[in-house]
Parts: sequence; structure tokens; C-alpha cells
Amino acid sequence: MPETVSYMAALPEMVLAAGAIGLLMIGAFGGEEAGRKESSGWIAILILIATGVVVVSQTGTELAFNDAFVADGFARFVKLLVLGGSAAAILLSFDDFRQSKTSRYEIPVLILLATVGMMMMVSANDLLALYLGLELQSLALYVLAAVRRDDVRSSEAGMKYFVLGALSSGMLLYGASLLYGFAGTTSFAGLATAASAPGAATNLGLIAGLVFLLVGLAFKISAVPFHMWTPDVYEGAPTPITAFFAAAPKLAALALFSRVLFDGFGGLVVQWQKIVIFLSIASMLLGAFAAIGQTNIKRLMAYSSIGHVGFALVGVAAGSEAGIEGLLIYLAIYLVTTLGSFAVILAMRREDGPVEDIYELAGLAETNLPMAFILAMLFFSLAGVPPLAGFFAKFYVFAAAVKAELYGLAIIGVLSSVVSAFYYLRVVKVMFFDESKPRFSPAAPYVRFVMIAAGLFVVFYAVYPSPLIDAATAAAKSLQL
Amino acid sequence: MNLSGAPILSLVTFLPLAGALFIAFLPREAVQNIRYTALWTTLITFVISLPIWINFDPATAGFQFVEEQDWLGPTKYKMGIDGISMLFVILTTFLMPLCILASWEAIEDRVKEYMIAFLVLETLMVGVFCALDLVLFYLFFEGGLIPMFLIIGVWGGPRRVYASFKFFLYTFLGSVLMLLAMMAMYWHAGTTDIPTLMQTKFPADMQFWLWLAFFASFAVKMPMWPVHTWLPDAHVEAPTAGSVILAGIMLKMGGYGFLRFSLPMFPDASADLAPLVFALSVVAIVATSLIALVQEDMKKLIAYSSVAHMGFVTMGIFTFTQQGIDGAIFQMLSHGIISSALFLCVGVVYDRMHTREIAAYGGIVDRMPVYAVIFMVFTMGNVGLPGTSGFVGEFLTLLSSFKVNTWVAFMATSGVILSAAYALYLYRRVVFGALEKPSLKALADVSPREIAILAPLVILTILFGFYPAPILDVTAVSVKALVGSLEAASQAATAAQ
Repeated sequence: MPETVSYMAALPEMVLAAGAIGLLMIGAFGGEEAGRKESSGWIAILILIATGVVVVSQTGTELAFNDAFVADGFARFVKLLVLGGSAAAILLSFDDFRQSKTSRYEIPVLILLATVGMMMMVSANDLLALYLGLELQSLALYVLAAVRRDDVRSSEAGMKYFVLGALSSGMLLYGASLLYGFAGTTSFAGLATAASAPGAATNLGLIAGLVFLLVGLAFKISAVPFHMWTPDVYEGAPTPITAFFAAAPKLAALALFSRVLFDGFGGLVVQWQKIVIFLSIASMLLGAFAAIGQTNIKRLMAYSSIGHVGFALVGVAAGSEAGIEGLLIYLAIYLVTTLGSFAVILAMRREDGPVEDIYELAGLAETNLPMAFILAMLFFSLAGVPPLAGFFAKFYVFAAAVKAELYGLAIIGVLSSVVSAFYYLRVVKVMFFDESKPRFSPAAPYVRFVMIAAGLFVVFYAVYPSPLIDAATAAAKSLQL
Repeated sequence: MNLSGAPILSLVTFLPLAGALFIAFLPREAVQNIRYTALWTTLITFVISLPIWINFDPATAGFQFVEEQDWLGPTKYKMGIDGISMLFVILTTFLMPLCILASWEAIEDRVKEYMIAFLVLETLMVGVFCALDLVLFYLFFEGGLIPMFLIIGVWGGPRRVYASFKFFLYTFLGSVLMLLAMMAMYWHAGTTDIPTLMQTKFPADMQFWLWLAFFASFAVKMPMWPVHTWLPDAHVEAPTAGSVILAGIMLKMGGYGFLRFSLPMFPDASADLAPLVFALSVVAIVATSLIALVQEDMKKLIAYSSVAHMGFVTMGIFTFTQQGIDGAIFQMLSHGIISSALFLCVGVVYDRMHTREIAAYGGIVDRMPVYAVIFMVFTMGNVGLPGTSGFVGEFLTLLSSFKVNTWVAFMATSGVILSAAYALYLYRRVVFGALEKPSLKALADVSPREIAILAPLVILTILFGFYPAPILDVTAVSVKALVGSLEAASQAATAAQ
């Protein structure tokens, strides 16, 4: 029977890649009119929306490129989140780049290319596809981190990110080559067969390959102890780019992380579960304790994101469908909350430029109550206080951990969420209890839009929580262990 | 009046929230408008909540006024009340208008935010007592932390930041462990429905851990010795109305939690760990009474006395007898009235003098005779004098514990004497003596607004002291069912051995 070759599974990626290249062409040959920098952003958002429509129109599980690429429910769920995160990040970037006069035509193009990479990561079903997607994403992100090239901190961020990222890619490649050597294949399905073969647990080459692979991926999701780059990059990169870093790439990398472990190494669950539990606990604790000492709000968000990766990994560590469901819910809610928080950070701007110290928020409840209220709700949500959205996120990952009888992990997890509540509360305290500082300049309309939308989402999520939960339940079925 | 089918519990729960949303759209400068909106919202909520009591069928042990809606997969939006929870709902809606009135002049800064915080808090507190689903309960139970954190932190005293953080983190720490236990219960029973879980038999070793996790949360909330230390700080720094809510209602959530979860769901563990609770209760009664004796801040003294009174509650609950549990519920309701009233009394003089230091007062009976009488009623109630509502609860809990464990009752009774000592000593130092301090000379007696706040509390304190039947009648059947199920469980456990 002749094999039918279908590329339809990768249609969203093709649309997005073609859109990105088309946008680049317009930029290169389109002349020098004044308004085009912003219009490129709008075109990019339209392309992202179009891609989202294509993603939604897909159904079932489709394979392409010799099974190296899979489009299933899990991939679609994460892709939609990634597309939404990228679109919101572009929306957030308009005003900041105009004010700092670093508007560049390439920025939306780079964001689009990074998004193509992320979507490929999410759909990767083969070590090579994984690596291609990851590198496409990473290379675009390195450039984005350093986009403000006159600024020392931004260049430093890009440089650090690049050097450490290259190192981790090397580890990942080394792991992939070991796996190829010992399993004789790069496809996840083939690896799954090798991993569940008798004696796989004592196959040192396979285990070592898995560990190297995990190290490389742990770097990308900034799990402790591979997190060192995160605070510097978050602080140094322009704020809208940081918002983008915090939102989309983490999601894609976590999705990839769980697909590799579930689809590729389901047979070695006992082995990798220990590693994931360690990564999770270390990230939660470091995220909670290290953030206490931060005064720069972007660094604070960096440590907070490290902690949240730890919480999300609790779902992966559970090693079950319930765990993946929890992970997906966590990622969706975390994405919205983070974007909202960064919208507020972007609105921290006075006539003489943006400010990043948390004590600049002092008395915000007096000068701008809606903004203070929204940030307070977002931070309470990040702390996991009910009835806000963040509570449901934590609820589902910890419920999965309890179901898997990982009581120690669950207890350490909830205790570290209490510790992390402390630094979120401190920001709330600064805004509500302290003497007020001069008011901020009015926020740009798009920034305000993202802020308000995220605020409404976290506050009113509890009213009608089931659509997201149902979607995550359906998506989680795609991964098999 | 027939209310069948009307979602009255949801109405009472969410009406304050609607009021809060309405206030959110009022301009900040319309202070008077905001105050009246808050007052009317709480008054209407109270009036609407009364038909619950009127239509409540005291002969039924099960849940009444049950509402159920799909919400979150296996977790439903389910509300309902029984004899144990009903009066707490009424207590909450009753105290709320008084709190708003007590903040009328005391709060001048950021009135809008203050009233919103209080109304949101009311929704969450009523919800705690109505929720018939674990997740829903937790949502209300923990959600109250946010408004209370802000109330203490924004409108509190000099050490408000420390107090608000301590309050939040202590309570949060206890509750997250309870949350894990709830998840374990869900995976075991496949439901988060509270009435179903009350019928579920959990394995004995599982009960032990679940009980401890719930205990962590309720003991902090109650608060029991030695995790009570957040309470004096929170009470002292909170504005008057905040203290009233803390003492009057939020502390009751702990006792309510024991009655709703720990006892019916983990009967074997409750029986096994009752000695622990007794020990902590006795220490709380004796030690915190002694600590109260040496306090120099009025609010702190009342805060420590609250811990001691809550000791009687936990002692009564863990006797597993009808008398003990009836007494514990009565004690909680009575303490809700009396300690709220005492904090309001402190608020009255604080608004005039802006100090809560006992040494700053003395002889104010000369200037404030009416106040002295009112304060006397509540002091007597706090002591547990016969004829006040404070007596009934203490008497019933002591009586039942005497039957269960004589030594516990003996030690706890000494707490009654100590409570007389600190309460009367406080009263003497503040009210009696010579009026020497020049700053006190210009004191004005209670205003009509303050009388309006305190008079209902005086009436209830004395009414329930002489005629406790309205409360005991409501609780009797539900408590009987609870005690019956506990006895059945203990017989089953004995038979299994």
C-alpha cells in the first residue's frame, strides 16, 4: 500500500513560518514609512490569530514527516496558549519600544519565528524534531534578549543567555546521541519500545542519555539547579521581551519536557520520576526563598517563575494523566497571571522613564487603586490563595501528586507556597500599607487592556471554571504513559 | 412563610458581594453615601437571613435549604445548613451591621475600600457556614484571608504590618495542609460532597493523618494553644470592627470545622486524639488566663481571654456528648456576642482617647455612667456569671467534661476563677478608682449611635443567659445525630478489636 504523505498536521506551523518570512520581506523591501514599525506588530498579531484558527480547526491525532511530528489534543492546547502568549507580548511591546525608541521591525518577526519553534517543540515526536524546534526558538530568543543593543544590561542578558543556552543545547545533543546509540532510533515511539524493554532500567547508556536530555531541557524551563541565567536575563532584557520569556517559551518547554518523558520514556517512569521530583522540590524551595531578598520586580518575577516551574513539575512528577491535566491547567492560568503582572510592571513608568524597584509601587492604592487592586489580585493568585484562579492551578497539580501518593512532594510544595506567599504579600503591603510615592504616568491603552483582562480572569475564574478544566482533561488524554 | 425552592442561602451569601460591587462604582468622595450603602446592604442581608431561622425545622437532623448546581466536574456548588451551622449564619449577618456602625466615625481614611473589604468578607464568612462541598468550603474559608489581611494592614495600629503578615501566614500554613487532606479524601471517596463524606468510612490510619491535617488548620483558626500567638497581635492592631469580626466569627470557623469535619468524618481518630485536645484545651484555659492577667493593653487582654474561652469550646466538642457539644456551640455563639461587645466597648473609649492602655484610664464611671453599666454586663458575661449567656456554655462544657475526665474538668474550672480575676481586674482599673488623669475629664458618655450598636448585644447576652432554649432547641437534633454517629463508630471500632 503506497504511503500517503500528508503535511496537513503541520499546517499551523507552515502558516506561521510563511507569515513570519512574508513579514520580514515587507520589512526589508517595504520602504521607510513612519508607522510601519507598529503595523508590523499588528500584522504579526493577525498572523498569530490566523494560526490559532488553523490550530483550532484540526482534530484528532495526525502524524507527519515520518512520524517525527505529531498534532494531537495536547499539542493543540499548548499551542493555543503559546500563540496567545506571543500575541499578548507583542501587544505589550508597542508602547515600551516606542518610548525607548528601540522600535525595530524585526522584533515581531523574531517573536513569530520563536513561536514557530515553540510550536514545533510542542509537536515534536522525535529527538531531531525536538532539537530543531528548540534551536529555532532559542536562537530567536537570544537575539530578542539583546535587542536593546545600546544598553549594557540587555547585551549582557543576550550574551549570558546565549552562552549558557548553547551549553545546555550541547548537553541535550549529547544526550540525544547517547540515546540514539543505545536505542538505535531517535523517534519517541522507538525510544518508548527501548525504554520498556526488559533490562532498560539497568541500561546505563539509556539512563545517561535520558539524564543529559533532562538537563538540557531543565535549563530551558529554568528548573533549579539550571536556573542561574533566569534572573539576569529577566532583569536585563527589555520588559516586554521578559514578559514574552516568562510566558510562551516556558510553556512550550514544559510541554516538550512532559511529552519526552511520557511518550518517550514511559517505561523508565520510576527512574525519571526521582529526577523530576528533585527538580520540582529544588525549584519550589529556591523560588520561594531566593525571591524574598529581591527588590527589583523583574528579578522577583524571575524567582517567582522558577518557583512556578517547580509547581508545574509537581504535575509531571505525578506521572499520570491527572498530573498532565494539572500541568495544563497550571500553565494556562500561570500564563494569564504572568502576562497581567508584566502589564502592570510595564505601567510602572513616570515622566523620566520606567522604574523597576518594588518600593516605587509604594502607596499605589492611593494614587491608582485599580492598578494596585489588579496587581494585588494577580499576586494573591500567584500565591495560590482562593478563590482566585491561581488556587485552582495549584489545586490540580497537588491533587495529582496526592493521587500518586507523593505525599512528601505535596507537603513540601504547599509549604513552599506559604513561604512564597510572603514575598507576594510584601508587594501588596508596599502598595496598600506604605506612604504613597508620586503617581505613575497613565498606562498605554494596550497595556491597560492586558492588565484588566488578566485581572478579571483571575478574580472571576471561580465563577465558571469548567471550560478550561474540561479542555485540559481532553488534552491530557493524548499523552500516554 | 414558605421558602421552598428559593435559593435563600445563596442570596444571603452573595448579597453583600453585590453591595460591594455597587460601592465599587460609587465615587470615592461620596463617603456618606458609601457608608449608608454598606449599612443598608448588611441590614437587608440580616433581615433576609431571619426567615432561615423562622423556617428552620429543628426536628430535622439533616441539611436544609439545600441548593445544588453543577460547577466543577465532581465538585458541585452545594449549599445547605443544619442545626450546627444555622446560628453561625445568623450571628454573622447580625454582627455585620454593628461592625459597619462601629466604623462610622472611626474610619475616615479610604472608606470605600474599607466597606468593600467588609462586605466581601461577609460573603466569604457566610459562605463558610453554608458550603456543603469541600472545595467550596475551602474557597470561602481561605478567601477571607485577603480582605482581613487588608483590613488589618491598611486600617490597623502601629504594628499593623507585622500583625497582618503573621495573621495571613499562620492561617495559610495551617490551611494548605488541610487542602492536601481534602485531596486525599477526594481520591479515596471520589466526591467532595460533605454529606456523602460524612457517611464515608475512612480507614483508621488514613483518618489519623487526615485528622491531623484538618487539626492544623482549625487549631490555628480557633486558635488553640500553642498556635494562638497570631491572635493577640491581630486583635490589637486591627481596627475595632476588624477585631469584632475576628473574635466574633472567624474564630468560630475553627470550632465549626471540628464539628463539621473532624468529628463526623474521622470519628476513630477523634476518639484517639481527644486526650491531645483536652491537654491543649486545659493549657489554653489556664495559661492564657494567667497571661491575660498581666496584660496592659485592653484589646490584648480580651484577645487572650478569647483563647481561654475557645479552650472550653474544644474541650466540650471532644467530650463527644450531647451536653458538651451543645455547650460548645452555645459557648461559641455567646462568645461571638460577648467578645464582640467587649471589643466594641474598647472601641468606644479608644475613639475618644486613642489609647488602649489600661493605665491611661481609671475612674471613667464618673464621666460615662451608662458606658460603665454596659461594660459591666459584658464583663460579667465574660466571667460566665449565671444570668448571662457566658454561663450556659461554660457550665454545659464543664458538666460534660466532668463526666468524661474529672481532672480535665477540675483544671478547666480553675480557668473560670481566673477569668473572673482578669475580667474584674480590668474593669476595676478602667472604670473604678479616682478620676485623676486630666485627659479623662472631658470624656462624653456613649452616643446614640454607640447605644444602637451595644444595646442589641446587651439584650442578647442577658436573654440567652436566662432563656437559652432558642439556641439549644435548634442545635439539639443535629448534635444528637452527630453524637449518635460517633457512638456507632466507637462501637464498631470496639467490635473490630
